[in-house]
Amino acid sequence: MDKALVIDVGKCTGCRQCELACSYEHTGTFNPARSRITVFDFHEKARFVPYTCTQCDQAWCQQVCPVGAISNENGVKVVDAATCVGCKVCTIACPFGTVNYEPASGKVIKCDLCGGDPACARACPTEAIVFADVAVQGFEKMRAWAEKTDTAPQASA
Amino acid sequence: MAWARKILRVNLTEGTCKSEPLNMEWAMQYLGQRGLATKYFVEEVDPKVDPLSPENKLIMTTGPLTGTNASTAARYSVVTKGPLTNCIACSNSGGYFGAELKNAGWDMIIFEGRADKPVYLVINDDEAELHDASELWGKSVWHADDWIKEKHQEPMFQIAAIGVPGEAGVLFSAVVNNKHRAAGRSGVGTVMGSKNLKAVAVRGTRGIKVHDQEAFDKAVAGAKAVIAGNAVTHEALPAYGTQVLMNIINELGALPTRNARDVQFEGANDISGEAMHEPRRSDGKPNLARNAGCFGCTIACGRISQIDPAHFSVKDKPQYHHASGGVEYENAWALGADTGVNDLEALTYCNYRCNEHAIDPITTGATIASAMELYKIGALTDAETGGVKMEFGSAEALVAAVDAICEGTDFGKLLGLGSKRLCEKFGHPDLSMSVKGQEFPAYDPRGIQGMGLTYATSNRGACHLRSYTVASEVLGIPEKTDPLVTDGKAGLVKIFQDLTAFVDSSGLCIFTTFAWSAEDIAPQIDAACEGDWSVENLMTVGERIWNLERKFNMDAGMTAEDDTLPKRILKEAAKTGPAKGLVNGLDKMLPEYYELRGWTPDGKPTEETLSRLGIS
Ligand code: SF4
Ligand code: SF4
Repeated sequence: MDKALVIDVGKCTGCRQCELACSYEHTGTFNPARSRITVFDFHEKARFVPYTCTQCDQAWCQQVCPVGAISNENGVKVVDAATCVGCKVCTIACPFGTVNYEPASGKVIKCDLCGGDPACARACPTEAIVFADVAVQGFEKMRAWAEKTDTAPQASA
Repeated sequence: MAWARKILRVNLTEGTCKSEPLNMEWAMQYLGQRGLATKYFVEEVDPKVDPLSPENKLIMTTGPLTGTNASTAARYSVVTKGPLTNCIACSNSGGYFGAELKNAGWDMIIFEGRADKPVYLVINDDEAELHDASELWGKSVWHADDWIKEKHQEPMFQIAAIGVPGEAGVLFSAVVNNKHRAAGRSGVGTVMGSKNLKAVAVRGTRGIKVHDQEAFDKAVAGAKAVIAGNAVTHEALPAYGTQVLMNIINELGALPTRNARDVQFEGANDISGEAMHEPRRSDGKPNLARNAGCFGCTIACGRISQIDPAHFSVKDKPQYHHASGGVEYENAWALGADTGVNDLEALTYCNYRCNEHAIDPITTGATIASAMELYKIGALTDAETGGVKMEFGSAEALVAAVDAICEGTDFGKLLGLGSKRLCEKFGHPDLSMSVKGQEFPAYDPRGIQGMGLTYATSNRGACHLRSYTVASEVLGIPEKTDPLVTDGKAGLVKIFQDLTAFVDSSGLCIFTTFAWSAEDIAPQIDAACEGDWSVENLMTVGERIWNLERKFNMDAGMTAEDDTLPKRILKEAAKTGPAKGLVNGLDKMLPEYYELRGWTPDGKPTEETLSRLGIS
């Protein structure tokens, strides 16, 4: 089963535990500035939005990389830091801004799903991020809307 | 580790920013944040200092856990001598500012002197620089936040700032970070304003490590599970915030109403946490838009509200039609029950204004309540209020009064004195519901006896956050005590004071203690920091902090006579509810408390107590 990060914006409280977990997993320190997931605070709209790479099937970043530093490992687009030359072309190509240059390492960084057990999803206290079957990502949303449909019996011709 | 081991000293008179190593010997005795900053403060500042003179200092300080992934590790404190109280002041805030400061590599910032013109401080990791704030002077916190991010092209800045009242000397000005998180009490923002310091903007990217990572992971995971399994921290606080208390405290007959003339408010339910969820008649939307967490918080008690755009307070003011920080319990009480106003939208508007302009909503509401009583008895008239009819229960009067403080009108300047000075000025000092110059919050000591001792002995003037015996007396945490009796409260207050003092020094939020005992907290600190941080040692650290603060206050001129309560609480019995007929029995608790503290009968820490705790 292919799995993906399923994000439910309505549940996010803006606590940054996901950023803490991500940076700890990848750098060994608590450092949201180096997290591969970023939580945006749209304060005036009362909305927090956790945002990260969605692992495109045909990934722009992978396609443009001139040195082949980005590979596809079971659907996950992974940057090989040893190969990356820090040219940043992928950051231009990615339409979503989720691959970024990291000054501290001189390489680009992006979500690699932690090798199959994403730390952010484990850390999230509200289940705003869960790691779930990619084929039924919309399941909970569908269920919620399905429940709202009018249950009154329809007249038959 | 955990500590950044570095402090930033900003001399505003000279315009210099210098780095110096953290005094680790003191860190081992005082942990961090509240305790450690207080130690620095008392070492460096004359207790008799005029709080608004350049000789006073102001410290912004994190704890060793701040910025880690421990639940609620967001906190930072502002320590100074408070102009409202003339005592040590220590106000604590969440949001994202504290963690960012720590991640920039600083345990604390010590501000000294006074800039000759308005400035703001920008910190980018190791670099710290003062900038000209003349374009920001006279502007709100919200404006300053947007302006600084724009100017420096740094959307990731976390910013703490003061508003116009802080510049103008309103004695209960706060420091607000992230637009709606406040280091609220005792006038810490007034001190910042007196130094011509408008704001601090921080970006931190260095990363934080702890001493024993493996033990820390284990302790943090275990403690998070305790929060997730607790009904208060996992259900009540996320759903209702601290506002869950409004109806509970009202039913107990401990909700100070109309300047504490009454102890129950007939409009309590209208301004409660439950009411914030109810669809409004006007637009069908609830007042509450969602809950929110501070950095690292797995409780998320924060309220984000959206005012009804048709409400009179914001009708022609689209700048307030967006979502922002909603009322917490203390704010809803002060702006609402204490003024007799049951209009939730009006309270929300006033709460926005308190955040926008960084004033303490507790003192704001309680001062307005005292003005309403002065008006009622004819001591304050339309001549002074500028025509505002300061009647209890009037939402229009409340809104006009809060606007007056934010805008600095003549009436606003009068209110800006706080209730003690206001009531003295108009000949009725007893109508100020304050201790040591600071107004008490949302728990009437006639209905919750332990809170009387809490207010009377709090080192920063009346305050619930120094020993929240409500936990025990009302909620049964850690065990239930009878709120109507004084027996055993001296010991309870002492334990809560010491526990709170060390929690406030760690970087964690005191609300965790609804779920966590000291046994849940100590292992997290012990793993993060080198040294011995057993429960026993941490309680001693708390006691040390408490006595250091007390000693500073005594040296500043405070005496046992200041450990008292407003006459109304001691002499006028509660008229309704379970506490009907009761006053607060402070005289039964105070001598025992002094004794348990190892203080003389006139409230001075004995030489023996001070030397046992290593305080010279
Ligand atoms: S970084 Fe951008 S382009 Fe690359 S896989 Fe993720 S979303 Fe697609
Ligand atoms: S951990 Fe979950 S609730 Fe917290 S900020 Fe991330 S997505 Fe939001």
